[in-house]
Amino acid sequence: MSWADRISPAVKAIPPSGIRRFFDIVAEMKGVISLGVGEPDFITPWHIRESCVYGLQRGYTAYTSNYGLLELREEIARVTQKDCGVTYDPRKEILVTVGVSEALDLAMRAILSPGDEVLVPEPCYVSYKACVTLAGGVPVPVPTHIENEFRVTVDQLERLVTPRTKALLIGYPNNPTGAILTRSELAAIAAFAAKHDLIVISDEIYANLTYEGAHTCFSSLPGMRDRTILLNGFSKAYAMTGWRIGYAMSNPDFIGAMTKIHQFTMLCAPITAQVAAIEALRHGESNMQKMVSEYNCRRRLMLEGFREIGLECFEPKGAFYIFPSIAKTGLTSLEFAEQLLMAEKVALVPGDAFGESGQGYVRCSYASSAANLSEALERIGRFVKKLG
Amino acid sequence: MTKELLQLLEKDHSLSPAQLAVMLGRTEAEVAAEIRRLENEKVIVKYHTIINWEKVCADTVTAVIDVKITPQREVGFDAIAERIYRFPEVKSLYLMSGAYDLSVTVEGRNLKEVARFVATKLATIEGVISTTTHFMLKKYKDAGVIIDDREQDHRLVITP
Repeated sequence: MSWADRISPAVKAIPPSGIRRFFDIVAEMKGVISLGVGEPDFITPWHIRESCVYGLQRGYTAYTSNYGLLELREEIARVTQKDCGVTYDPRKEILVTVGVSEALDLAMRAILSPGDEVLVPEPCYVSYKACVTLAGGVPVPVPTHIENEFRVTVDQLERLVTPRTKALLIGYPNNPTGAILTRSELAAIAAFAAKHDLIVISDEIYANLTYEGAHTCFSSLPGMRDRTILLNGFSKAYAMTGWRIGYAMSNPDFIGAMTKIHQFTMLCAPITAQVAAIEALRHGESNMQKMVSEYNCRRRLMLEGFREIGLECFEPKGAFYIFPSIAKTGLTSLEFAEQLLMAEKVALVPGDAFGESGQGYVRCSYASSAANLSEALERIGRFVKKLG
Repeated sequence: MTKELLQLLEKDHSLSPAQLAVMLGRTEAEVAAEIRRLENEKVIVKYHTIINWEKVCADTVTAVIDVKITPQREVGFDAIAERIYRFPEVKSLYLMSGAYDLSVTVEGRNLKEVARFVATKLATIEGVISTTTHFMLKKYKDAGVIIDDREQDHRLVITP
């Protein structure tokens, strides 16, 4: 019996991340312009980094409460109240986690029993389905399409809901498509969730990166606060990906259950990141607004660029991704990405890495300088033209 | 659009009206007209290039001089300020609150040249009470730009 044979079948059954495969190819190459990065090109604003350094000097090096520093939870409660109009008790309804990734895992493990189904609109972030599976649940992909700008609808959900469905996992603004949902669309989904008595996990990590209209927080919809596990974090809005810090908010029972798992597996999020996160929430607003306005300029640049190249593209209204269709080239997403990389040294991510319905698309991140983006667009244009 | 346009130009004035138009979601003609208006109204004063001269030739010196002056009737500090800022050696001039009145930045080829300018031109102007000259030893940041920025992009090429 080999070592590989001794790995748990549940883990073996999970397909490797499509991103990972492509990453190994790209990592070898030099002179690549990368549009494949799912994180801001801004470095964490200096005032946030400086506060972490100061925290270390003052000796902030110990464990914190399992829930996270109360001071941070109070700030999270304040900002959530201000931005979303939803009130959470910082003492029992907020849990600070090691990024939204951990929060997502905790949420799944806290609510799922073996065989419970979770509706997951696709294309979506790479870890959604894996987290459901690892928690013993069954992910049920709900494919979304360009005709509807990759927005999930109640019709689609109604077709796939069963008596075993326990939860719905949504992430808007969406990675990889850049799609958002309007308030009325979310209200329809809320009614669906109430009708089937589902728990909703809403990953709103990109909420601050909404370029048209205001973002609607799912928990702010009537009757949804206690039904929802709201996830958010600092990675995108404050350019803090490597700090690994996020949070979950919900009713005290859900947060209590998640904290129970968290205390035995993680204990607490790193105190260094928690100290910095307090500073981000207190004084990070103006830097964030500047970043958002810059992303918005680049978003228009990319949309115009792809339309000129002649690749069909819907207008993304959130996050920092654009998701053009490459169907007319006759290539699969992976073929397109690989050939583009070899021919023109531009890296982007094949759309099917984010689910079956991403086949025929590629994800381009515009978290890169305008000069880089212009150069990348030129190279992509040349490549597509040669394909004929 | 004005504020966004100015922010983009302040960072990179080599962006063409066509590029700016795309980034701002406007037409090229609209953007070009707005830039012309801002230039005419001196909202855009000048397009400036920040150069690290030390990399080309290290033989210039810069001094910041604190100047105390006696304000004059009717014109206050302005007349003396004008007499000072008209000298091409003067790179910047600010009226300050506090211990002195004017902060004058002067550039010269060497220490002697700057000292001579202060002694013969600046200190002798009527109304100038005193000068205190500070020579600049190293420039870390200028006009919001870090001169030798060693921060790098540490991101992996592909991340989820």
